[in-house]
Amino acid sequence: MTGTPSSPLSALAERVLRGERRALAQAISCLEAGEAAGRELLALLYPHGGRAHTIGVTGAPGTGKSTLVSALARGYRRRGLTVGIVAVDPSSPFTGGALLGDRVRMRDLSGDPGVFIRSMATRGALGGLARTAGDVVLALDAAGYERIFVETVGAGQDEVEVATLAHTVVIVEAPGLGDEVQVLKAGLLETGHILVVNKADRDGAEQTVAALQAMLDLTGGAHGVVDHHGVRMSVGEAPADDSVGDGWRPPVLATIATEGRGVEEVLDAIEAHRAHAASAAGRDRHFAEAQLARALDEALRRLLAEHLDPAAYEEAVQAVLSRSADPYTAAARLVDLLRPGNDR
Amino acid sequence: MSSEEKRIRVLIAKPGLDGHDRGAKVVARALRDAGMEVIYTGLRQTPEMIAEAALEEDVDVVGLSILSGAHMTLLPRTVELLRRMGMDDVLVVAGGIIPDEDVPALQAAGISRVFGPGTPTEEIIAYIREAVSARRPS
Ligand SMILES: Nc1nc2c(ncn2[C@@H]2O[C@H](COP(=O)(O)OP(=O)(O)OP(=O)(O)O)[C@@H](O)[C@H]2O)c(=O)[nH]1
Ligand SMILES: [Mg+2]
Repeated sequence: MTGTPSSPLSALAERVLRGERRALAQAISCLEAGEAAGRELLALLYPHGGRAHTIGVTGAPGTGKSTLVSALARGYRRRGLTVGIVAVDPSSPFTGGALLGDRVRMRDLSGDPGVFIRSMATRGALGGLARTAGDVVLALDAAGYERIFVETVGAGQDEVEVATLAHTVVIVEAPGLGDEVQVLKAGLLETGHILVVNKADRDGAEQTVAALQAMLDLTGGAHGVVDHHGVRMSVGEAPADDSVGDGWRPPVLATIATEGRGVEEVLDAIEAHRAHAASAAGRDRHFAEAQLARALDEALRRLLAEHLDPAAYEEAVQAVLSRSADPYTAAARLVDLLRPGNDR
Repeated sequence: MSSEEKRIRVLIAKPGLDGHDRGAKVVARALRDAGMEVIYTGLRQTPEMIAEAALEEDVDVVGLSILSGAHMTLLPRTVELLRRMGMDDVLVVAGGIIPDEDVPALQAAGISRVFGPGTPTEEIIAYIREAVSARRPS
């Protein structure tokens, strides 16, 4: 099954590129499954991507992310831009099931062909959230959506991973949740390009804004270039600008998403960051490297799954179990078996 | 990882003007706990909204919950829109307050199954699993 012009996958890819919504939806399912067909489809779509600006929106549960994304999307539509939305929620680690409820807050967007919303479960995916969400973003990008939002709940690793696939990261806080502390703990301040205090109609909003401003003052306000989060290996030399700040000071903005208040300011900030980051040397290289690293990671896992001799694997488990070998040594031996010419 | 690929995706929607969605939420949670990916869209959905969401989410199943009495117009209309959009193989089921005498007409309109109030969620889960695997090319 190769991508010859007549194959079903290239027909699907062509329909995606023509902007057929049903084809796009099916293509996303195919990419999400993470199998050979998905990789083939990705190869067909990839050359047509790279035009969209991707915006990660993350924050604690219930801060109003979906409501805000919906309001921002409507704002972009008023500005004449098309919008894709990927709403990510965690899967249950026990059943693999998921309840994806973000669309409830996005009903105002329905009926608009310039908007495409897709809900996604993390599925404890191989290669993590960033791999699958990144593929979905690519499909929306190839289909021509100009601004793509990725909503994730900032409850762990995911919001950091989102930084490897979003050009602009928006952190959403709400007053009175003691979130200031959470932000610091998760290191979110370093990944966020725009900090939003939503639910500004509630008590304590000014204090939360002030607290975030104060924290930015402490860190000097210089923002690092998006780091290679989630990248587990380092190959060759990092680009020279890797560790220096990019001179972007994250604005702190108050919004009332339910009323659309403050939304234009957030859009302006996203566009300002887009203009700022587009001029930053090395940004595109960062994304290319992050994507390549994820793909490598997955390819290596697959290689392992395909070529690992079950008997050798069992032997290694027994060795670790009986403590005749430590896990690292046992793993190194298994990897040695995979090297060319080592058929043991 | 073919078990991931085969994960059943279900849209649960409430067409019409019903004031609450407790029953729909109970079903949504039960399906999630049975390992399905459930997209929940909330109250006051028009058939157009439901069909659009089903299309974008590429679901295997659309579950419609309705209490208001408008089922004879809203349910067939939703099926019609789904088919018109090319979602020929999506399974459509309904639940809520639907009199027995209306069921044959709904089935003729493309609703595969109507679950009455108090149907055990296990029964719904078993039906969906079976019907979806029968529809999927193996
Ligand atoms: N008072 C007030 N409520 C808001 C505002 N924005 C959102 N909400 C409400 O907050 C609740 C949660 O909003 P969502 O948009 O679902 O929040 P979320 O962060 O996407 O939630 P999760 O995806 O579950 O983490 C809803 O009841 C909203 O109506 C706001 O600006 N002010
Ligand atoms: Mg949400």
